[in-house]
Amino acid sequence: MKKNIGKERVNWPLTILLILGLITVAFPLYMTIMIAFKQPSEMTNSIAGILSLPKSWSLNNFKEAMEVTDFWHSLGNSILITMITVILSILIHSLLGYAIGRNKAHSKFYKGIYFYVVSGMFVPFAILMMPLVKQTAQMGLANMAGVIILYVVFYMPMNVLLYSGYLTNIPMALEEAACVDGATTWTTYWKVIFPIMKPMHATVAVLTALGTWNDVMTPLVIMSGSGNTTLPLAQLNFQTQFGTNYNLAFASYLLALLPILIFYLICQKQILNGVVNGAVK
Amino acid sequence: MKKKKMNGRERTFLLITIPIVALFFCFNTLPLIKGVIYSFTNFRGYGSFDWVGLRNYKDLFTDIRVGNSYLFTFKLAIAATILTNVVSLLLALGLNSKIKFKSTLRGAYFIPNVLGALVVGYIFNYFFTYILPAFGEMIGSSTFSSSMLSNTKLAWIAVVIVCAWQSIAMNTIIYISGLQTVPEDVYEAGAIDGATGFRKFQHLTFPLIIPFFSINMVLCVKNFLMVFDQIMALTKGGPAQSTESISYLIYNNGMGGGQFGFQSANAVIFFIVIVVLSAFQMTITGKKEEQL
Repeated sequence: MKKNIGKERVNWPLTILLILGLITVAFPLYMTIMIAFKQPSEMTNSIAGILSLPKSWSLNNFKEAMEVTDFWHSLGNSILITMITVILSILIHSLLGYAIGRNKAHSKFYKGIYFYVVSGMFVPFAILMMPLVKQTAQMGLANMAGVIILYVVFYMPMNVLLYSGYLTNIPMALEEAACVDGATTWTTYWKVIFPIMKPMHATVAVLTALGTWNDVMTPLVIMSGSGNTTLPLAQLNFQTQFGTNYNLAFASYLLALLPILIFYLICQKQILNGVVNGAVK
Repeated sequence: MKKKKMNGRERTFLLITIPIVALFFCFNTLPLIKGVIYSFTNFRGYGSFDWVGLRNYKDLFTDIRVGNSYLFTFKLAIAATILTNVVSLLLALGLNSKIKFKSTLRGAYFIPNVLGALVVGYIFNYFFTYILPAFGEMIGSSTFSSSMLSNTKLAWIAVVIVCAWQSIAMNTIIYISGLQTVPEDVYEAGAIDGATGFRKFQHLTFPLIIPFFSINMVLCVKNFLMVFDQIMALTKGGPAQSTESISYLIYNNGMGGGQFGFQSANAVIFFIVIVVLSAFQMTITGKKEEQL
């Protein structure tokens, strides 16, 4: 009886403890914001000097950081790469997931294809990196298009695994009904199956988008010669230019973090669901 | 009539599969094969090259720098995996109990995971270089009054902390979804038998969330072994190459250091290590899943 009463009450000490624990998450962000708004002259070597509120909330650092890193251009590139990768992934990976999911139970060929593609998950980028640099350069793909193609290939194992797994829950009867009406497999797919897989599309979109948006290594080795950068890559490229002007650097970091933070705050529920679905399946 | 219909269906499946698998072959399997071929040459990344047979592999096992990068990467992966899983399991248990602001807190604790590892690394770089030493001086600690990142003995711990900071967010969410699958009546039955506190966790909760524990282990080990961004932002492999991860070494010496062939051999060994470890983990996971 005593136990039951305890269970229904809000555990305030634990709540407070968890709120205090949030400091570990909030502190680096707080530090970033404070430094980003300050002037170099306000920075002293004491903790108070670094972490106190700035004298004035001026946006000058951000203006300068935007010019130095060509912010809008790299932001545009990042958005373009991520969006096209996500759209292509949903279209292409769901198709392959469908072909495999509907056949791997009775066909050795598709079972083989399934294991072949999914085992790509274990190939570290490190081994592909050097040959890919040569290959993309030869094919004229040492640019954003090349990076997008590579992302579509790199996320294929995980996404095909997710899609083909999800398909086992979709009854064949749905397709057979459409088939009786004379629709081809192709039209049945787009009219019936593709829309039903919507929850999985969301998961795939979230996982692929988070991965591509924050990735540095692929654009670094593939498109560093093309004169284009992505948002994270710009932070790497301009390290020397920031020099010891940490205020400028942190303004730039904050700008680089803001788009994904805002996106997360808006779509928090979908992102959390997507991540959990993807990991657990 | 029916047979013809099935053929059409099969043809559609083939027409879908072949081009997509060809694309996959072209940008995944082909470079993999090329990487293996390069590993038998003394290619420097440019100019002409010769076949050297297995010499790269022989050199690999006597190269101190390569050996150290494996030692560091495994040390990092083990330490960060343990730290991440302990903290995120505790956090998940907390976030799954009767607390106020539950969904807000869960959302807030996930933030580190959506941020880019490189920028997070730069922010922590500043923290370890300026803020922590200033704090160390304040409390009069000689260990912390200089930057952790320039200390060969402590720099790896800084990398562990940054890696864990981001991964804890992800693992916590997975543990929470695991805890939600544990039915309430299991605890009620346990309570009758007098299970409380740690015993309740040890005998009731943990066995039921083992599949989620396995997922987190696989995710952690794989991600930490391939660590790159954090190294790039925090230490660039230093000081004195004490934090050079395998991926970073392959990138640094293979792309810019004229060791294309040699580092390809390193990458092949790294690939084999990942495959063996993953296969090992998967068999364990498979066994555990049977119990449920």
